Amino acid sequence: MKTKLGSRWRPDFWFFAKIIVIVAMCLFIVYPFYTILTKSVFSNKVEGLTLYNFIRFFTKPYYYQTLIRSMVVCFATVFTTTLIGVPIAYLMTRYNIPGKKILHIFIIMSLMSPPFIGAYSWIILLGRNGLLAKLFATFDATAPTIYGRGGIIFVFTLHLFPYIYLYTSGAMNSIDSSLEEAAENLGMSKLRRIWTITLPVILPSILAGCIMVFMTCLADFGTPMLLGEGYTVLPVLVYNEYMSESAVNPYMASTLSVIIVSCSLLMLTFQKLVVDKRNYTMSSMRPPQETQLHGWRRFAVSAPIFLVVFVAFLPQIVVVCQSFVERSFSGMVKGINLNNYRAILSRLGTNIRNTYVFSLIAIVFIIILGIIVSYILVRKKGKVANIIDTLVMFPFVIPGSVLGIGLIVAFNRKPLILVGTAAIMIISYVIRKLPYTVRSGSAFLYQMDPSIEEASINLGVSPMKTFFTVTARMMLPGIMSGAVLSWITCINELSSSIMLYSGKTSTIAVAIYQEVVRMSDGTAAALATILTVTTIISLLIVFRATKGKVKIV
Amino acid sequence: MSNAVIIKDAVKRYGDFTALCGVSLDIREGEFFTLLGPSGCGKTTLLRMIAGFNSIEGGDFYFGEKRINDVPAHKRDIGMVFQNYAIFPHLTVRENVAYGLKARKVPKAQIGPKVDEALELVQISHLADRKPNELSGGQQQRVALARAFVIEPSVLLMDEPLSNLDAKLRVQMRSVIKKLQRRLGITTIYVTHDQEEALAISDRIAVMKDGHIMQIGTPNEIYAKPQNPFVAGFIGVSNFLDCDVKAAGGKAKVTIQNELSIEVPACRDYEGKGSLSARPEQLFFAEEGMPGTVLFSTFLGDFIEYEVQLDNGQSLIVNEYTKDTSDVHPDGEKVHLRFDPLRVSLYEAGSGEVLSL
Ligand SMILES: Nc1ncnc2c1ncn2[C@@H]1O[C@H](COP(=O)(O)OP(=O)(O)OP(=O)(O)O)[C@@H](O)[C@H]1O
Ligand SMILES: [Mg+2]
Repeated sequence: MKTKLGSRWRPDFWFFAKIIVIVAMCLFIVYPFYTILTKSVFSNKVEGLTLYNFIRFFTKPYYYQTLIRSMVVCFATVFTTTLIGVPIAYLMTRYNIPGKKILHIFIIMSLMSPPFIGAYSWIILLGRNGLLAKLFATFDATAPTIYGRGGIIFVFTLHLFPYIYLYTSGAMNSIDSSLEEAAENLGMSKLRRIWTITLPVILPSILAGCIMVFMTCLADFGTPMLLGEGYTVLPVLVYNEYMSESAVNPYMASTLSVIIVSCSLLMLTFQKLVVDKRNYTMSSMRPPQETQLHGWRRFAVSAPIFLVVFVAFLPQIVVVCQSFVERSFSGMVKGINLNNYRAILSRLGTNIRNTYVFSLIAIVFIIILGIIVSYILVRKKGKVANIIDTLVMFPFVIPGSVLGIGLIVAFNRKPLILVGTAAIMIISYVIRKLPYTVRSGSAFLYQMDPSIEEASINLGVSPMKTFFTVTARMMLPGIMSGAVLSWITCINELSSSIMLYSGKTSTIAVAIYQEVVRMSDGTAAALATILTVTTIISLLIVFRATKGKVKIV
Repeated sequence: MSNAVIIKDAVKRYGDFTALCGVSLDIREGEFFTLLGPSGCGKTTLLRMIAGFNSIEGGDFYFGEKRINDVPAHKRDIGMVFQNYAIFPHLTVRENVAYGLKARKVPKAQIGPKVDEALELVQISHLADRKPNELSGGQQQRVALARAFVIEPSVLLMDEPLSNLDAKLRVQMRSVIKKLQRRLGITTIYVTHDQEEALAISDRIAVMKDGHIMQIGTPNEIYAKPQNPFVAGFIGVSNFLDCDVKAAGGKAKVTIQNELSIEVPACRDYEGKGSLSARPEQLFFAEEGMPGTVLFSTFLGDFIEYEVQLDNGQSLIVNEYTKDTSDVHPDGEKVHLRFDPLRVSLYEAGSGEVLSL
């Protein structure tokens, strides 16, 4: 009998691509995390499988206090960023704020700036021997302290309110103006209109922004490390414990890692179950009009925005200025010159080179993987694609320090010894920063009509060749704008680098941290300036290339 | 070289849902063949199976003698015009049209003249160096068309190519496509859910419903001799009347509500309930016949459309040509209706199988 079956199945390029991607992810994401999980249920105090460390965590104040502190900082920051971010988004989208585009760019720049530079910069201003602190002292007043809980929340707020702003203004712009007009037409007053129509519609987006802020706060290591001074939060504790344990068996650090990841997973589940279900944002036919204000009203609405953006951007300015100031060991100003730069070039040239070389190599992998993974997620939907989706996004919820520990415990023994190599740094960058590119690339691909690829195949170009000449080419804008974000976060990466670096593979971010700890302000500022300037130039390039339409969130 | 397309028992499944249930077609060389049917009946599905973009769950597809089930899409030598044109946005009009020729490794020296000729044929030579986003919908449509036929494919596929255009442009492009097809003689399979478009453009039409072929025929056959009530209702307007049928020896005696009795040529013997279908222009007013009342009339220039309610309550549409009559029947007038027994269609009541010749 003749077979009725249609075309025979043969493995194609995508079959192998999926296998390679899955294997790589299992090796560098699942396996390290699995190792952490297994280490967390052992202890050097007790034989065999045990919850000893978990019990210790939840009974000893020294440990559980850090969880409480982390929660306090996270929730407080979510609260303050919302308080600042939502009104700014509302005013920026609905009123004729002067210099709107520039303000928008500055807000994005403060978000993309290296996180710990904010902390460091505020130490320069308000820390012991801080510039502002001294100013206050001359008037016999005491400046508010930047150390401890308040300082951490303050710096987080200025760094992260852009998330809320970006999510909210994105949603605000997608509300069709007919919606509010309909409410007005039905006789609603302006305030009640905002309360009954606008707010409910944008609420899911605000919540999504809140979750981003929460996760970033929970994972961030640099800021609380520099500012904490005894106010120890979870990621700092992870680092401290790891440093005091044996590198081969960091049981307690693993336990803490599991606890931290559980918190983020909890948050992510909340997002999946509650927030994503209620997404009303639509593609608006008629985006809302901006109201024209004049005279003092316009000033009154704009001035607070300018103030916030100025304060948020201040750290970058301070750092750049500071980098040209040479100081003696006692902190006296010796002159305005380039000596700080000379010092870092002679002493820390390797760090600078490493930062750029590692990030460049990482970004090449990120672009290639980004194109392939985005394509699989959008065009090759199915079980395998779902698994890849989850695995790619997983590093988003793992703090860098946790991933660092995972990679160390996983790859410090045969057959694959990577600890201390440049490879492990690059791998951690690729894993952690790939999500930016994949998100941007797949969002772009979603809007691309699949029949364009089919047209090419139909005209006689093989699917493989079509992918490389048509699809990849057309995805490039989406991939590149994501890749720039990946690149910026790579060069600024601290939390995993600080775990993974060795003498030869140290980076700028690590060096800044060490210089700050050594109170060597000038060199730290010079290094930070290099990062800041690179960040700003990279951002300006994407703004230019995408005509300001780059999607950060 | 143009090719005949033969499809035997094509089956397509999406999970548990069967989108095509054993469709067979025999499309002749150089023919303009249309797949017509309501939304969701499986037209696109079938077309994409021919193009090689859908897997084939059953059946055999032939281009001429060659079975193409296992030939990958890019080697099938098919031109395709997509509903949304699918023009490469990063290439100019000229590069778009040249794309398929390059893929076929046509020598550079020949590509230029071929592209120019194709652009000339669809009358967009002056737009050759523009990017797609600088073109109107109709112009993009012409690019898509030129790109599909410039490779001289053995088969040309079009999936509702005109549905994104406005009404006037649709009629205009319709004749552009038809003339081009005649001139190039490429076997063409065209998909639409617009019956008027199908009747106007096709050599033959396959009417589809729920993954089945309901009838295949020339536009005239499909309109004049619908093989089942679905086709009668889907193509043009039909009035359906319940009746009793007694068919024997090539003649059927049809009794409608014990009022009217006529004789219709029959293709086989049958006795029982039937359904009679008549086009509005096949009904006419007479001295005696089915009694009814004029409910409403619409004057449409060359004919007048009446809505007539029969005494049993059923409403019928009747068209009367202005050239055949001098006056308009006023609303409320009592009338009698008859029809031309040679031109009506007769079906079995339950199965819907055709009884008339
Ligand atoms: N990828 C798919 N998965 C599941 N079902 C599908 C898929 N594609 C099509 N179908 C189903 O198959 C049936 C036929 O779809 P098809 O697209 O061929 O319809 P169509 O005749 O082209 O309709 P239209 O005129 O609306 O384009 C529909 O019921 C549709 O829901
Ligand atoms: Mg269709």
